[in-house]
Amino acid sequence: MAASIDSPRPAPTVQLLTADGRFQPSDSAGEYLPYLDRLSEDDYLRFYRDMFVMRSFDVEAANLQRQGQLALWVPSHGQEAAQVGSAYATRPQDHVFPSYREHVVGMIRGLDLNNILRMLRGVTLGGWDPATNGNFHLYSLVLASQALHATGYAMGIQFDGTVGTGDPEKDEAVIVYFGDGASSQGDVSEALVFAASYQTPQVFFLQNNQYAISVPVVRQSRTPLYLRGSGFGIPGTQIDGNDVLASFAVTSKWMDDARAGHGPALIEALTYRIGAHTTADDPTKYRLDEETASWIARDPISRYRTYLEGKGVDQSFFASVDEEAADFAEDARKRALAIVPPTLETIFDNLYAEPHALIAEQKAWAESYESSFGEGQA
Amino acid sequence: MNNPSVTATAPDATGAMSENKAAGTMQPAVAAAPESEATASSIRSMPMGKAINAGLRLALANDPKVLLMGEDIGPLGGVYRVTEGLHAEFGANRVLDTPLAESGIVGTAIGLAMRGYRPVCEIQFDGFIFPGFDQITTQLARMRNRHEGTITMPIVIRVPFGGHIGSIEHHSESPEAYFAHTPGLRVVSPGNSHDAYWMIQEAIASNDPVLFFEPKSRYFAKGDIDLTTNGTPLHASRVVRSGTDVTVVGYGAMVGTLLQAADIAAEEGTSIEVVDLRSISPIDYAPLLESVCRTGHLIVVQEAPGNVSVGSEIAATVAERAFYSLEAPVIRVSGFDTPYPPSKLEGIFLPSADRVLEAVDRSLAY
Repeated sequence: MAASIDSPRPAPTVQLLTADGRFQPSDSAGEYLPYLDRLSEDDYLRFYRDMFVMRSFDVEAANLQRQGQLALWVPSHGQEAAQVGSAYATRPQDHVFPSYREHVVGMIRGLDLNNILRMLRGVTLGGWDPATNGNFHLYSLVLASQALHATGYAMGIQFDGTVGTGDPEKDEAVIVYFGDGASSQGDVSEALVFAASYQTPQVFFLQNNQYAISVPVVRQSRTPLYLRGSGFGIPGTQIDGNDVLASFAVTSKWMDDARAGHGPALIEALTYRIGAHTTADDPTKYRLDEETASWIARDPISRYRTYLEGKGVDQSFFASVDEEAADFAEDARKRALAIVPPTLETIFDNLYAEPHALIAEQKAWAESYESSFGEGQA
Repeated sequence: MNNPSVTATAPDATGAMSENKAAGTMQPAVAAAPESEATASSIRSMPMGKAINAGLRLALANDPKVLLMGEDIGPLGGVYRVTEGLHAEFGANRVLDTPLAESGIVGTAIGLAMRGYRPVCEIQFDGFIFPGFDQITTQLARMRNRHEGTITMPIVIRVPFGGHIGSIEHHSESPEAYFAHTPGLRVVSPGNSHDAYWMIQEAIASNDPVLFFEPKSRYFAKGDIDLTTNGTPLHASRVVRSGTDVTVVGYGAMVGTLLQAADIAAEEGTSIEVVDLRSISPIDYAPLLESVCRTGHLIVVQEAPGNVSVGSEIAATVAERAFYSLEAPVIRVSGFDTPYPPSKLEGIFLPSADRVLEAVDRSLAY
């Protein structure tokens, strides 16, 4: 079992909200507190709303999978705070390279989540165009491959000179999401090497949800993962990933620094996957109930609700979010069931940008073959 | 455009060419050509390595989005000096000495291409491409497809390949079949200086990822370059020596071996037609089939091991499409299905003119 999971937070971990919802910044939080000044009262409410709606969507999507409507679902239950806080630290011009569990980050960036369901329903390999969906890039199923794409993209920003100009509308940065399991992949190490070498405007956002499917994080690393950054010459910060305010404040600082031309940073968000890895997983085979219970006690949403209630947010707000989440989930279900199946040309079109005789020939053959069965047997 | 347009593959190559021309990067610029000795002639003699260097220089000069990246390609100019002088001319942001990590090179090139750049990656030696294999096959090759066509991946991966150089392990490999087998990639290999000069520019102008296999044993072999016209589209094969009795086909360094075999055979009264495949994926079968229909005999020659190879694919396809024209089975002459041997034995491992002629004799005796 990971030593860090149930032990008290070591001093450097940045935490603003305690597990029971009190605003009590850790000693390490000082330099990040000013970033909270950016938040309006609406922003505070929006954090709650997005986390809550996402969890509702999550439950609905898992139901859809159980009912045979999705090939797979990848729950984010428990990781909402890490994702929502960091997503709100990005600016419109920034680019986001997700792993495959950052649904709410996509939602905040403007992605219609129906696109994610299209991919998991087996009608597309991708699902959306990043350029028209908040620069939220496609999910990457070969773990850690996206870390290098993000770093290359950030190198391009560097070469284009849209970093460190001091113009907040112009300066760009990249954030890449990956997990504790993926951190063992060579591509993460190579991305950290390239990022340090070229001083890319980039944040590596590591969600340590304690398990790579079934293998605990101690098998990936004997050292806290945020310390890995220093070996590459990249500053690392560990945060309580179930604290949406810490996630927002710390990511804001390092994204700002990246845009300002100060180079890359690594954030390790300590969190927990309350649900299964995917709907194909059975966490009861490798996790103890007590451990899961201890993390449920630190749930990011209930903690934040307690905090908001303490600030005097009216119960009617929470009731309205309950209603909105239920509507959102119901709408997601309806639209998932209405997803149009793909047609044959999906196999062939868009593989190559330029004409390709072999593919054209095979497409023509497949069309002819399929049409030979006639409509009655389609 | 001497490519016959009788088959399905010709429109492909033609289409690619016109796009390249539209992109404005294919216009020869004699003034910018290397070693600009004062001459009005459009023909320049140059070793293949220098020809690629000249092509890279033009691509860098014509399009500010073209970047070179790789290990030791900066001030050193690459271990084969193919990028010599380019770092000094275009600077460290156009010619990048990267960290020593092939997955990193290809993976960051993908990100740069998403940003609108046209990266040209150098893999130092054929045997070192495999740390980058995942990024090439699971990422680069599929990236446009999984984006439903909304992005392009104009990335070239240059790979010095093949043997004949008496080197140590992992420096003489022919891994092209792995990439030809991967949907989404294009794979080419020039056999002479003229093609090297033009094909590298066309590969860079292509909006698809291109694996560019450079026959390193030919880097120092001189050849004439016509600076005014490429003559043959990127993905077209070409008859480089006419003959009537037997067709032989190969690519890269093997083209030289085939021409040598044809010379020897001619003295013995056998007329060999030599086809330079040039494009390994897609393969332009038109000139090959046209040739086989005349000769009835085909020998496929490659340095790579024969099992499940490019040669296997050609043999199968020609058997399908020209079955009634064949007077004998298609014969493959390949490296053995072993690791590339210690280099003192590469003369036995590599197809030689003699081994090609042995196959020619077998085919004619069939």
